[in-house]
Amino acid sequence: MFQNLPSALLAASPAVPVLAPATGAVATLQALVAEGVDTIFGYPGGAIIPIYDVLYDFKEQLNHVLVRHEQGGIHAAQGYARSSGRVGVVLATSGPGATNLVTGLADALIDSTPLVCITGQVFAHLLGTDAFQETDIINITTPVTKWNYQVTNAEEIPEALAKAFYIARSGRPGPVLVDITKNAQIQTFDAPEYQPCHHIRSYRPAPVVRPEYIEQAAALINNAQRPFILWGQGVVLGSAEQEFREFVEHSGIPAAWTILGVGALPTGHPLNVGMLGMHGNYGPNVLTNECDVLIAIGMRFDDRVTGRLDKYAKQAQVIHLDIDPTEIDKNVKATVPVWGDCKETLPLLTALVEPRQHTAWLARFNDHTEQEVNAVIREELFPTTEELTMGEIMQQLNEITQGEAIIVSDVGQHQMIACRYAQLNHSRSNITSGGLGTMGFALPAAIGAKLGAPDRTVVAVIGDGGFQMTIQELGTIMQTGVDVKIMIFNNQFLGMVRQWQELFHQRRYSFVDIQSPDFVAVAAGYRIAGQRVDARADLRPALERMLAHPGSFLLEVMVTKENNIFPMVPQGCSVAEIRLR
Amino acid sequence: MSTEPVDRQEYNITAYTENQVGLLNRIAIIFSRRKINIESLNVSPSEIEGIHRFNIVIVETEEVVEKLAKQIEKQVEVLKVYYNTNADVIWQEMALYKVPTDVIAEKVLVERLLRENGARAVVIRKDYTVFETTGHREETDSLIKALQPYGLIEFVRSARIAIIKASDGFHHKLKDFERREPSEEVAENEFLNDREQVFTM
Repeated sequence: MFQNLPSALLAASPAVPVLAPATGAVATLQALVAEGVDTIFGYPGGAIIPIYDVLYDFKEQLNHVLVRHEQGGIHAAQGYARSSGRVGVVLATSGPGATNLVTGLADALIDSTPLVCITGQVFAHLLGTDAFQETDIINITTPVTKWNYQVTNAEEIPEALAKAFYIARSGRPGPVLVDITKNAQIQTFDAPEYQPCHHIRSYRPAPVVRPEYIEQAAALINNAQRPFILWGQGVVLGSAEQEFREFVEHSGIPAAWTILGVGALPTGHPLNVGMLGMHGNYGPNVLTNECDVLIAIGMRFDDRVTGRLDKYAKQAQVIHLDIDPTEIDKNVKATVPVWGDCKETLPLLTALVEPRQHTAWLARFNDHTEQEVNAVIREELFPTTEELTMGEIMQQLNEITQGEAIIVSDVGQHQMIACRYAQLNHSRSNITSGGLGTMGFALPAAIGAKLGAPDRTVVAVIGDGGFQMTIQELGTIMQTGVDVKIMIFNNQFLGMVRQWQELFHQRRYSFVDIQSPDFVAVAAGYRIAGQRVDARADLRPALERMLAHPGSFLLEVMVTKENNIFPMVPQGCSVAEIRLR
Repeated sequence: MSTEPVDRQEYNITAYTENQVGLLNRIAIIFSRRKINIESLNVSPSEIEGIHRFNIVIVETEEVVEKLAKQIEKQVEVLKVYYNTNADVIWQEMALYKVPTDVIAEKVLVERLLRENGARAVVIRKDYTVFETTGHREETDSLIKALQPYGLIEFVRSARIAIIKASDGFHHKLKDFERREPSEEVAENEFLNDREQVFTM
């Protein structure tokens, strides 16, 4: 029976003694239940109807969220995965349903988000015939998935899905896609009892830790005068927040974060010196080019973090801890590579590192912070002008939520403000599209984030541009009743592009002036409560009203039209050339 | 003005992989996304049953090739990737030449042609003859020059295949690999066929 199965799939499955008749569609949903899935985001269509037909009988085990667009579905699954630490699951039909997933797949791949996407496909005998709603989704998604696989026979389903979940969540997580032809969904076969996958011979998710590199790294750290830690999402993905905190506190080294790493160490921690990168804090950027040992943990030296590479930390010896060997030496050459899961490597390193206090070095970060407060932060958070700033909204929100909320941000100026100024006490509290910069991410991602962490307050921070890219997901909120607080920072511009046009294109504002509907009225149309604020006196009461409101609430705040986000490392410049103004 | 790095040279990338539909595309994309041209590509079963071997030739710097090799090896269905300069490998290409038999028979001393170019007549028909040579590029090129005056009808050259000089074989490496990073669980599947058992320890 299994003789025709691909060997790679067979390699993943141990003994399968219990056989029972089932259709491919039943086997698919049984696999999801066996993997512990409780929530699915999806949109039905012709090529996935058999799975949806069975889903009707699985309502008790699987909560299906009907989104309004497949892109909304996959972003919601990303939000779910990021807030819960579990695998996000998406269902879509063939053709346009499947292609609508591509942006989310690219986003999830670059941000290492574990997803399993299941797409319907035309009957196997129609493959390659340009059949109705046929696209070659396997080849389309190959560059944007960690792994993908086309099922053309029901017998492949249990093994393919076991492999899919294992690959999605293990090692450096990522999105996988399993495309199932309609005949395979309908076909009845002797289904074995579902066996999760724990090993694939050609896949080594966690590299073996090399003790000699741990020792070399510890020696470098122990001899350093100005060591500096950069951490990224790897700490969160490895659930290594505790190990990371112990390393930072034991070593006494100042630590700065990438926007996907924020929250792994509370933003108020005395050794947390702020955000890296293009719109990061002044001190971490300038002092990157003055440290003597740079310890990069679970981060990938993205160009938004490094600025100009040939002028990046040239004076420093670099220790790079990463689970993904391809990240080592990809952008920044490592003096000592520490391959492995940082949950495993960090305690080994902590054990060899001497406890220190880098008081004078830390004071330099604090000096830079003071400069930044005087030049930028004070005016942004406590403006003296009449118009509202994005920063003061975040400041007010921080005061009310006390760092306990999950902040889901979209892409643009408000994103940088949200990431820079949000107070976060917990890991998995900042959900944003980091690597791909996907406008339209936040509204659906916030829906998913709330479903993934139902006990936490979820606040979506979105620009007037990005909101209109996935505005239809208000319908998903209406139908599911999910409690998401939506904040639109409306500057009546595509703000970040306008900022670039102002600074680098002689204020030639080319197509960045965007008109918007009455967002509160639109929300009302979806039976979502809302309020618009354009005066400072109304801001705090409106925020309190929003957070106290039972259920979703849309708060539109009119902010300064032409405010710029500073500091800024202009593109093509060194991080040390960061501009305060 | 060329800004190409001076240290670009031919590299031979050897990848051991599962025999899986779509993997060729997954590997090809790693090159095409960087706009790197593949000079030669050969895929064939390896000495180990069930494992395929890619031989890929590109012209690049070692720094780039190293990154590409890592990215290929990162793919789920890829077991191991090596990269080597031409000096580090023994490599061969095969070429076939089709010429009109009457011309060859009348105008050329066939025996000398074969001897001088290390060629072998593969097919001799009334209407045409096919010769074959094997060797490095300049060696397979030499017969083209010799045959062109006699009405070369068709010429084809294979992709490069290469054996790594210093390697003691992937089989040994795979055993070492499994010893250092043993599988979490032995997959004792009654449906596994023999070839799978070679790789689960």
